[in-house]
Amino acid sequence: MNSLKMLLRIALVVVASYVRAADPAPVAPPADDLQARGKYLVSTSGCHDCHTPWHLTPEGPKPDFARALSGHPEGLDMGPAPQPSQPWLMTVGATNNAFAGPWGVSYAANLTPDRETGLGKWTARTFIDTIRTGRHLGRGREILPPMPVPVYRNFTDQDLAAIFTYLQSIPAIKNRVPDPRPPVASVAQVH
Amino acid sequence: MRRAALLLVAVLVLASPAAVRADTTDDERGLPARLADTGLYAKGLEISADVVPFSPQYPLWSDGAAKRRWIYLPPGTRIDATRPDAWEFPRGTKLWKEFSHGRAIETRYLSRGMDGIWRFGSYVWNVAGTEAALAPASGLRDLSSPASSKEWASGARYTIPSENDCRACHEGAPVPVLGFSALQLSPDRDPLAPHADAAASAVNLRTLTARGLLSGLPPALLAKPPRIAASSPAERAALGYLHGNCGNCHNSEGPLAVLEMTLAQRVGSPTSASTVLDSIVGVESQFHPRGAPDGAARIAAGHEATSVIAMRMATRDPVQQMPPLGTTAIDVEAMRLIGRWIESLSPSR
Repeated sequence: MNSLKMLLRIALVVVASYVRAADPAPVAPPADDLQARGKYLVSTSGCHDCHTPWHLTPEGPKPDFARALSGHPEGLDMGPAPQPSQPWLMTVGATNNAFAGPWGVSYAANLTPDRETGLGKWTARTFIDTIRTGRHLGRGREILPPMPVPVYRNFTDQDLAAIFTYLQSIPAIKNRVPDPRPPVASVAQVH
Repeated sequence: MRRAALLLVAVLVLASPAAVRADTTDDERGLPARLADTGLYAKGLEISADVVPFSPQYPLWSDGAAKRRWIYLPPGTRIDATRPDAWEFPRGTKLWKEFSHGRAIETRYLSRGMDGIWRFGSYVWNVAGTEAALAPASGLRDLSSPASSKEWASGARYTIPSENDCRACHEGAPVPVLGFSALQLSPDRDPLAPHADAAASAVNLRTLTARGLLSGLPPALLAKPPRIAASSPAERAALGYLHGNCGNCHNSEGPLAVLEMTLAQRVGSPTSASTVLDSIVGVESQFHPRGAPDGAARIAAGHEATSVIAMRMATRDPVQQMPPLGTTAIDVEAMRLIGRWIESLSPSR
């Protein structure tokens, strides 16, 4: 009898664990709701990982959603980047928005609709061209690592337009992200 | 097991796009696999009689490459120049541009299909110069020099542009044909234009019209050919250089209009030169190059050293350089011209 009770207790614990782990899966919004679709894609494609500043909380480092998608904080002076050396090639800043590697230093962009420092003046075509070509504004310098352009360029135009629609709907945050810095070896080329 | 693996590899290789492109069928872009099949040549390397050579007065700088250019229009068709800054090219139009450093390296190809779609590709020449094959759509980076490095201007690396690179420049303008336009083919050619062919273009607005290849051009542009309305010869050449090298992206109609900086001249607008100057001289740059003072202007009148446009033209740091693609060597001759023009500008402008 005691064995049976023990088995029942174990079974209850297992079932309870299973129920807790199996939170209901998110439901993808209808494809024709561009803003909702864009929000879904942004929240599932890692955009916040690099474009939202992280801060330390009692539960550990987390994205600071009060500054959602505003990119590397303007006032945060990173100082000289450590030199990359094998096998450690990339160094990441504390807010998870600055990245030093063989390409120099790259800063995650401000994706909010602020007109002067974000994407406020962009059009959907500019955004799609940027992801599709891997070039700033679709025709400028190459977008630097770790932006996963080779992955994101596989989005359909409709999905990219949805992402852009959502990004234009979030609060604008004025935050001028620094321009990227070249690798030390190429600084000598700058006149 | 080993035999099966070899068989699998063989199947994969035979099924690869590269293997498909080895024959003479069109690739996935609808482009012929060999330059010889595009219609440029009549026999061997003899240029076909129905293609027309031309040379723009403000050519694009491509690290000192020598260039030859041709256009083909299907029989009985003509270019509609009713919109003088956005010519409508007939379906079936083809353009070629050959790049040489001592020998032909590549020939870029732009064609408008009968479906109205523009297609972009580049053909890479073999060392013997006997044949050119279509480069992959992803382009070829840092092409190694097959011969003496003296063939390569400034020892520059050579990159065959990807299709996306082609589109980045050619789709930033009202029409994807960049060097064949009213200003570029004006009979009133600029004698100070850097790198322009010494001889006049084989064709210009008047000869094209006379041959029936161009129609609808406003008569005023035939009577008085387009000329940049500049305040000095140096300014005319400097603005022409910026038009030919930068205006394809930096204009007021394309995707980069958001930058509110236009370097493109418009022959249909009598105030075009002023529009360009107003968007750059004394206007704070949104990009802040290292070493530039706070609030640096795109063009700081009288100060080449702090003019952001000049600073970005004078570097090949890939993050800062302008143009951002298609060149790895600084255009020294152009920098002298741009510098002379900036220094001549009055700070009180």
